[in-house]
Amino acid sequence: MTALLEVEDLCKTYRAHGHEVAAASAVSFRLEEGGSLGIVGESGSGKTTTARMVVGLERPDSGRIVFRGQELSSRPRGRSERLERARAIQIVFQDPYLSLDPRVAVGAAVEQVVKLHTKLAGADRRRRVLDLLGQVGLGEREAGTLPRRLSGGQRQRVAIARALAVGPAVLVLDEAVSALDVSVQAQVLNLLTDIRELTGVGLLFISHDLAVVRYVCDEALVMRSGEVVERGSTAQLLSAPQHAYTRVLLDAIPRPA
Amino acid sequence: MTALAPTAVVGRARFAKVRAFGGDWIIWLSAGVLVLFALAAVFAPLIAPYDPEATDLRNVLAGPSGDHLLGTDQVGRDTFSRLVYGARTSLVGPLAVVAASTVLGVLVGLVAGWRGGRLDSVISRVLDIMFAFPALLLAILAVTLFGKGLVAPIVAMSIAYTPFIARQVRGLVIASRSRPYVAAYTVQGFSPTDVAVRRVLPNISPLILAQATVMFGYALLDLAAMSFLGLGVQPPTSDWGSMINDSRGAVLLGEPLTAVVPSVAVIVTVIAFNVLGEELGDRIARRDA
Repeated sequence: MTALLEVEDLCKTYRAHGHEVAAASAVSFRLEEGGSLGIVGESGSGKTTTARMVVGLERPDSGRIVFRGQELSSRPRGRSERLERARAIQIVFQDPYLSLDPRVAVGAAVEQVVKLHTKLAGADRRRRVLDLLGQVGLGEREAGTLPRRLSGGQRQRVAIARALAVGPAVLVLDEAVSALDVSVQAQVLNLLTDIRELTGVGLLFISHDLAVVRYVCDEALVMRSGEVVERGSTAQLLSAPQHAYTRVLLDAIPRPA
Repeated sequence: MTALAPTAVVGRARFAKVRAFGGDWIIWLSAGVLVLFALAAVFAPLIAPYDPEATDLRNVLAGPSGDHLLGTDQVGRDTFSRLVYGARTSLVGPLAVVAASTVLGVLVGLVAGWRGGRLDSVISRVLDIMFAFPALLLAILAVTLFGKGLVAPIVAMSIAYTPFIARQVRGLVIASRSRPYVAAYTVQGFSPTDVAVRRVLPNISPLILAQATVMFGYALLDLAAMSFLGLGVQPPTSDWGSMINDSRGAVLLGEPLTAVVPSVAVIVTVIAFNVLGEELGDRIARRDA
């Protein structure tokens, strides 16, 4: 059976101050239909670079990204290819204070995406926008406000609603809850689990926090210095980590005394 | 250190407040002066008591009086009326220069900043070369090629001022390009042109406006200089620059008023535009920080 998303041997090298830094070397993974996969690692482990390559913001030096059996090009040509790629994979970024256009009210931000990707117009389009905002627990009241009037958690909900407005098959969450308070984190994580059950969207969940990843994902990879050092079910990674680095990450999780 | 920190923060907050208050009246004053001059230019026929070009040789270089608020010049024209009518040519010229160079600069800067790569390198080198030529020099060159009047200097200065906007827009666009909200638009499937023109440009336009405001003052100064040199606005049309030129003889005769009046008008307008533009730019930068 073809996977929802198959990433094969992605490599990316950056040149900085005359040194070559391998941000990602031979990163491979599979995400099944409706599945959820975590990528765990410290900052600098290459997980964000991997995410940016998967959504097409960064061009891999080599490797393939295959979506439902079809390879995605890193530079889509023309309107239809661009929209097709957008509907394959969407992303929610880490910082909800920077990822929303400061000039655009919440409702309008979602609406312009709906307008781009559907033929809905007028009242139908507005209803769709409110549906999407409703899915993330926001209402008509928030629709008219500018992002700067919202809390971090609310903003991240807007970013999720905006990504869902495209109708993606895969949703990449790049440290999407790291900037939020712990209690707000839990709310957003619950929301993601609900959305996954409701829409069947596949989740690629990227975080430095293995405990958070366990909450959302059944399987995960552990990355370090651009390489995948361990992979398996999150339960297995937590209970019986094989790689020394995974154990280091585990020790970073606070445990009840 | 820890004990000191709160006081330092309070001190800075108070300073910021005083500054904001201090900035407010100066912005309103500058804007007020400019609105006043703009109104004078628009309603000149209603405001000016005399025909600005009517001479009266029996009453030359008169001092201020009830009949002539700011006196008369060396051929007996009413200085106040010439000042009011002069606001028209003196403000329309810079407006044309700023409008043209802003449109051109935004276009060039957006293309260079957004596309990047070799195109950006080429555009940036051309802008560097253009920076080397003073606007006034280009304007004088244009006059020697195409003749005296307002059109040649305005066209030349529009080109000479373009790099100031283009370089700023380029920098702002490059900074925006790496912003997550711009990346989000790209991932959502918006076309690069759409993202650049309809999403990024509106976000940087307040800073462009601030820069254009400052440029207005410089353009006014340069065009007044052209008219002063006798290369811009031609007599008998009144213009602040040519008014200063006309009154050189009067200054030698010990009657400086006809020169002082248009000079003050030029200085006040240029300062007002500068203050307004710089303050607006500062505020936008502080808000975005």
